[in-house]
Amino acid sequence: MTLDGFESGKTARIVAVDWAVLAVDEGKRLKALGVDEGAEVAILHRGVFGGRDPIALRLGNMTIALRRAHAHAIAVEPA
Amino acid sequence: MTRRRSAALVGNPNAGKSALFNALTGARQKIANYAGVTVERKAGRLILPSGEPVELLDLPGSYSFDAASPDEEVTRQVVHGEFETETAPDVIVLVLDAANLEQHLVFAQEVLELGRPTVVALNMIDLAERDGLTLDPEALSAALGVPVIPTVAVRRRGLDELNRAIAEAESRAGEANPSHWHLSLPERRLAAKHIARGAILSKSARHTIENGVDRLLLHPWLGPVILFALLFIMFQAVFAWATPFVDALEGGLGGLADGVKGALPAGLPRDFLTEGVLAGVGSVVVFLPQIIILFAFILVMEASGYMARAAFLMDRLMAGVGLSGKSFIPLLSSFACAIPGIMATRSISDPKDRLTTILIAPLMTCSARLPVYAVIIAAVIPSTTVGPGIGLQGLVLFALYVAGVVGAMVVALILRRTVTKGAASGFIMELPRYQLPRLKDLAIGLWQRGWVFLRRAGTIIFVATIALWILLSFPRAEPGESQLDASFAGAVADGLHPVLEPVGFNREMSLALIPALAAREVAVSALATTYAVDAADEEVAAEGVTEKIAALWSLPTALAFLAWFVFAPQCLSTIAVARRETNGWKWPVVMIAYLFALAWIFAGLTFWIATALGL
Repeated sequence: MTLDGFESGKTARIVAVDWAVLAVDEGKRLKALGVDEGAEVAILHRGVFGGRDPIALRLGNMTIALRRAHAHAIAVEPA
Repeated sequence: MTRRRSAALVGNPNAGKSALFNALTGARQKIANYAGVTVERKAGRLILPSGEPVELLDLPGSYSFDAASPDEEVTRQVVHGEFETETAPDVIVLVLDAANLEQHLVFAQEVLELGRPTVVALNMIDLAERDGLTLDPEALSAALGVPVIPTVAVRRRGLDELNRAIAEAESRAGEANPSHWHLSLPERRLAAKHIARGAILSKSARHTIENGVDRLLLHPWLGPVILFALLFIMFQAVFAWATPFVDALEGGLGGLADGVKGALPAGLPRDFLTEGVLAGVGSVVVFLPQIIILFAFILVMEASGYMARAAFLMDRLMAGVGLSGKSFIPLLSSFACAIPGIMATRSISDPKDRLTTILIAPLMTCSARLPVYAVIIAAVIPSTTVGPGIGLQGLVLFALYVAGVVGAMVVALILRRTVTKGAASGFIMELPRYQLPRLKDLAIGLWQRGWVFLRRAGTIIFVATIALWILLSFPRAEPGESQLDASFAGAVADGLHPVLEPVGFNREMSLALIPALAAREVAVSALATTYAVDAADEEVAAEGVTEKIAALWSLPTALAFLAWFVFAPQCLSTIAVARRETNGWKWPVVMIAYLFALAWIFAGLTFWIATALGL
């Protein structure tokens, strides 16, 4: 299952990230923010337009915004 | 020789570095650019308890030394002593968000690995307490091997202790240099988790207020409604709240002109002071209140953390024209001034995205255009209300802003399919915690921006106004001849006029466009100077420029002039910044060409349609 399809509000554990489909700087930024294998995240909010894009994630005490396309590259399992 | 010692604030974005910087240096700040790059350099002076001054640098926030943006690259180079024109700071003040320790400790380890004299400011400790966290600074200090000072920058808590620690940092260096760093990123993350757990004494299960507030402000449909309402209030406020201040300033300037008239005999020197300096510069300075109000809204949105939410809300719409929510922040700043707006595009990592944003930034109505809009609207749009609390003048102003935004979106869409074609850009950003903006930070920000505006009025606008006055006043008219017809300026305007006449411009307007290239707001002072010089008698000259326009311009002409200013290229400084940011003349030339073309076409359309409708 990928993060974009994960139920909002439930905690997910990241099992793998497909770095190859992400631009180099985007990968760097996600890693720097801690969006990486093993991290636990929860979807807090979704935008209103275009398939409910972008997505706001909770990671630790931070809120991180990313696009559905990024979330699609992140494989998760229920934590 | 004693060199002044230096210290630098280093930390993640949103760690509260800027607030801490303001608290430590007060208004003793110098804002410039790092040599050769367009990253803002903020430096100030910190006074140690011994009275020794220290140069304090506020380095751009970074998530990692593995830079993903030009800002982060500057931080990396300066801290490593690799930036050519900067000396490496003697002391590093590592700023951590107390409520976000686990995250911020990842980059902190990279900084500590340098082995430089370092002091940790455990900042925003009050927000951590609000979130139910109790921290142990001593445990953290033991784990990191450097002093840890809990601070609340906005309440000046811990600042004396921090100053003392900075003073002692160099003598303490080497005391404890943990050798267990130099880890990989996953190892660092694990270490961060471990250190953070050790520093947290207790953690109540209280929910952060972010969740609740975001549920409202990021609500799928309420969020955009709130954002739009906020922007609408902002533009109404710019018009309504400023009025008493503008009136007071105008009164003062009128009194000053009368005083000069009373004190000096009639003649060229008196005309120069009243018609040239006071009419010209004065007509621009009166817009200071409106510019301050606009900047106040933008600064509050930035300081409170709402600006990033606005980016989140706007991302999908921006994606529709090939941009991302990140472009929203530079574009919103461009409403104040395109120069900081274009400079803020540095936070956009995708180069094509960034170029597109730079090219459309001038379409956002900057504060310098506000004086032009304000004068024309006041002159030709009746001051009636069209609903409870909604003035027609404010509504027209809002429409002009909307026209700029819509124009920008359409241009972006076209650019992304032609000259800046490329893969769609991404949007990844941290949404900072909500914070009550502090009055002092707001005051410092407003002071800096207000000063820049007044300095422009005192220099560029002053010179342009005087040059125009000379062009208008010489050669002197023969008796019975209009001064404008006889002047050099009249000849220049005659040359331009054939191009601009089809779109409804009169000669005074053609004339005003020339100095307006130096700075937008000069158009108003130019009109004021033109009408003051051309006035046949004192009585007419005493009328304000607003009354002149109301009497002399037709509605279609005035509307065409407004439309021109929505699209026409901005001041020379904007073009200069665009050249610097794009490293060449190619893109600024593209920008100027398309903006002039749009300005002419839309001024024309406005004029022709308004005339056809019989307005």
